[in-house]
This record gives sequence, structure tokens and C-alpha cells, in this order.
Amino acid sequence: MSDHRSAQMPELRVDGVTKVYAARGRTRGAKTIAVDDVSFTLEPGAAVGLVGASGSGKSTLAKLVTASERPTSGTVTFGDVRVDRLRGRALRAFHGNVQMVFQDPYGALNPLHTVAYTVARPCHNYLGMNARQARNRVHELLDIVGLTPTEQYAAKLPHQLSGGQRQRVVIARALACDPQLIVADEPVSMLDVSLRAGVLRLLEKLRQDRGLSLLYITHDLLSARVVTDRILVLNKGTVVERGDTKQVLQHPQDDYTVALLDAVAAPHP
Amino acid sequence: MTDRTPTLLDAQHVDVTYHPAGGSPVHAVRDVSLSLRQGEFVGIVGESGCGKSTLGFALTRLLQPPARLTGGRILFDGTDLASLDGEALRAQRRNGIALVLQSGMNALSPVRSVEHHLRDIVRAHARDGEDTSKAAVRRRGVELLDKVRLPADVLGKFPHELSGGMRQRVSIMLALSLDPKLIVFDEPTTALDVIVQKAVMATIQDLQRESGFTAILISHDLGVVLEATNRVLVMYAGRIVEDQPSGQLLRGDHHPYTEALLGCYADPRADEVVLGGIPGSPPDLSLPQQGCTFAPRCTLAEDICLEVDPPLTPLGAGEAACHVRAAGMTEEASVV
Repeated sequence: MSDHRSAQMPELRVDGVTKVYAARGRTRGAKTIAVDDVSFTLEPGAAVGLVGASGSGKSTLAKLVTASERPTSGTVTFGDVRVDRLRGRALRAFHGNVQMVFQDPYGALNPLHTVAYTVARPCHNYLGMNARQARNRVHELLDIVGLTPTEQYAAKLPHQLSGGQRQRVVIARALACDPQLIVADEPVSMLDVSLRAGVLRLLEKLRQDRGLSLLYITHDLLSARVVTDRILVLNKGTVVERGDTKQVLQHPQDDYTVALLDAVAAPHP
Repeated sequence: MTDRTPTLLDAQHVDVTYHPAGGSPVHAVRDVSLSLRQGEFVGIVGESGCGKSTLGFALTRLLQPPARLTGGRILFDGTDLASLDGEALRAQRRNGIALVLQSGMNALSPVRSVEHHLRDIVRAHARDGEDTSKAAVRRRGVELLDKVRLPADVLGKFPHELSGGMRQRVSIMLALSLDPKLIVFDEPTTALDVIVQKAVMATIQDLQRESGFTAILISHDLGVVLEATNRVLVMYAGRIVEDQPSGQLLRGDHHPYTEALLGCYADPRADEVVLGGIPGSPPDLSLPQQGCTFAPRCTLAEDICLEVDPPLTPLGAGEAACHVRAAGMTEEASVV
């Protein structure tokens, strides 16, 4: 499906990006620097992890990359598209190429809509499919994310699914418009540990089979190790360390990375 | 902990059923027996829906409809909590049980200061002749804040002025306010950032050692539980399937479910990281169960597992409910 463009998959380039939030109302004038001069590149088919504790700016970066927010300064480019300047029709076209997977699969799905409806929406909206095409596409997508038999899952409502199955629906929806980049913000942190490996393996497989690029945002170093090639460690909006994931985790140079590693209470001898 | 340490809580054959409006009843906790010694720090782990929180709430008699305690006896300090109601239950709780919930944010009222929260608790449970003046409450507050490593000025603050970690420390401080004998921590750090989580857990461990209260830590995170507790109970589908000293969980043979859970973790610094999962899903507890409830997901399952529900039998330094692991016990188990 993605053959037609696999040759010229665009590169995501974040260059000197800063985001400042100014307070309104009573505390007017107070400024929060959420992201401070961050640069990185995500090559086609690569997986980069943004790792940090709460308030490190990792989710703000996700918003800047997906054009949900505009940077105060610096540029975000995707191929030859200036993401930080997008509006209107171009913004909509961009969202067909870049999709997000959020942390909370319970909140990300409308409880009143069936799986089929949820996954079919982007097929109508972005690909202009008719009902029959969309129906076939839904089954194809559910099959890709491992929700089989697809007829059975398509008819279900979110409350009839487990957390892991819901997250698979969210991923199927993100894949529906055949995006080139997926931004996943803590996609497994709300799932049971027994289900995490399955979702992480799915992300890895999608990257290999479809040449998707992945921007993976997490505080969980173990899952970052499993799905990313490179990581950036963020603290208070700045990059304190970056490099090959295994290299950084085995030989952390920054104190903050060490603190993050120490905070992992992992049951291993 | 020695065998002569007195027992604080002894629960026998506890059953909890949820009766949802218009739905079929769900048997969430099934015939669970356990006993806690004074000063013990016990962890309960398992996947969501395994009944760990329900068990914690049942042991403290805090279940809310549609959940109902449908059977069993809960001896706390010699009194059967299961038979108490109303004022008698309230008095018994005042004498010794506190609960710390997952989100300090939701446990505190947004329109009351920390001091106001404390005053409410102290006055509601005041004994005859107890000094509950503002000054006395304030003195007690400063003392308690110090215990949970918070500065005294937090007393005058409102929840929105505190960070998530501080709010959770305030919930812990309020739980300590009546000198409980037993504190149940239900996912106390799940909503917190990893680094804050580590600090809050360290405080809980210190407090437990200093004050000597008995603690139950309910968590989905086996890592957190192993670091903090002396004993781990692994729950699956409403049953305790393994009971081991925490230090033993990383060596020797265990219940296949415990082993599968351990396989879901790995050291992110290792040369090769292989992350396991557990295929399949837990059984639907609104249906009658036959045999071992883990058998359909178990890689070691034998014929007997599908037919006979295994009881807890000795394994290593503790107990496990498994036909295969408790080798040699299969004959007896089939009689049970």
C-alpha cells in the first residue's frame, strides 16, 4: 500500500525549537519554558524515543511535531513542509501523514461508537472512501493490528474490549489514513504489563513492514529500549543526553539519566 | 518476623461478588484466606481485574455497592469485621485501619486546606476528653508532616497548591493521623512520575519501619512491590495463586503465572532485552469456573489443570496453587 511513496518518505527535522507558555489571568506575565532549544532528526523508518519525567517537555514536543501547537521559535519540517506554519487545507493534508497514539485508550475512543465506525472515520475523512471501501479497509486494518476474527471485533463497543485491545483499535485508527509518521505518547503506560509486549511488538512490526517512522514518547526506559534505535533524554525542556538507545542506557553520562534508570524498580536479579 | 509475632489480621474464605444492575453477578474474590502478622509489609500483585483492590477493600470493610462481601470471616485484632455494622464498625476502624488511595488528587477536597482535612478526621474520631482545639490539631499536623517529609507550611495549603507527590504525601499523613495498626495502600504511586514514585515509596518504607504498622501494598507493578515488601501475594482471577517471601520471588520455581509476570519485565541496561507478554486474557468471572483459571493461558497445563482447581500447597519458601509446580501433590489435590 505504501509502495508508491516508499522511495521518497520524508524526514522529520526539528531545529532549535523553543516553546514558551505565558500565563493568563491572575498570574499574568509568568512564563513557562516547556521546550528549550531542542533539535533532532527522524529519518524515514527510524524510531526515536523522547524520554523524561513529567514536566520534561516530551509531550509538548509531540504537540509541536504534530502541529497541535506552534513553536515560539525554531522550525519543524517534515520533508519540504514547514509544519510550524501549517494551516487550513495543508494542515489537514499533513494530519493524513502524521498520526498520534495517546496514552489513554479508555479516553481516546468514543464509548458510543463501534470499532468499525471509529476505524472507518479517517478512511472517509482523509481517503474519501465510500462505505464499502471503508468497510473492507476496516477489516484489513483490524487484521494488521491482530484483532481477529475481524468481523467480531468490528461490531464491538469499547467497553467490550480489554485495554490492550482498545489500544490496538487506536493504532488501527492511526494507521487508517496510511500515515508516514506515528507519534506515540506513552502508548503502553496504562496497560497491564502482560499486554505491553504485544503492543510494542506491533509497533515494531509496523515499522519494519510498512517503513513507518516512529516518535516514541515515554518515561519508561524499558519500553524505549525495546522499540527505539535512538533516544533523547529530556529534563526541564532541554536535551541532556542523546544517542544510540542501548549505548545511552548502558553508559549514561548525565546524572538525570542515571536518576531515571535508578528509579526503575525492575524485578530482575 | 518470627513465628511468634502475633497475628493482626486473619481472613478466612473471603468471597466478594459484584451485583451490577441488570448484569450477571461477578465473583471477583473467590474463597481467599490469608493471615497477616503484626508489622508485616505484604504486597498484592496481579493484572487489572484480578481482584486485588477488591480484596483490599473487603479486608477493611470498605466495599461499596454493587460489591458485596458474600462470605468469610475477617478477624482483625480479635474482632470479626465481617459481622460488624454501623457505629461498631466505625469504632473498629478508628482503632486501627487506614486506607491510602491511588490518586491523592481525588482523595482531598479542593476547597479545604490540609489543616482542615486533618481537623475533620481528628474531630470525627475524637475520644472522650481528647484535645481537639485548633492549636492541638496544628501541633499534631506539624508532627505528622515531618513524618512524611513535608515542611510545616504545607498545613495551610490547599490541594491545588501542591504537586502530585506532595498531595500523595498529604494523603499518607492523614492516614497516619489516628495511629492505625493496618494501612492499606492501593496503588499509592501509580499516578506519579517515576522519580517522585521512588521517593514516595522510600518514605512509605521508612514510616513502616519506624512506626511498625502492618501494611498491605496493592500494586500492578511487581518491581515496586518486590522492593518495598517482605511478602508477596500474587492474585489471578480472584484467587491467591502464590504466597512467597519477596526475597524468594526471583529464584527457584514459581507458579507459572508468577513466572509469566516476571517475564514481562527486563533490565533496560541488559545486552539483550527480550520482553515477554502473557497471551490470552483472564477468565470472565461472571461465569462458573472449572479447574485452574490460569490453565488456558498456561504453557505447562496438563489434563488435571482443566478439571481440578488446585489449592495452595507448599512451594519453595511459600505456597503456590499449581498442580504442575507442586510436584507430588497432584494425588492429594485431586481428592480436595
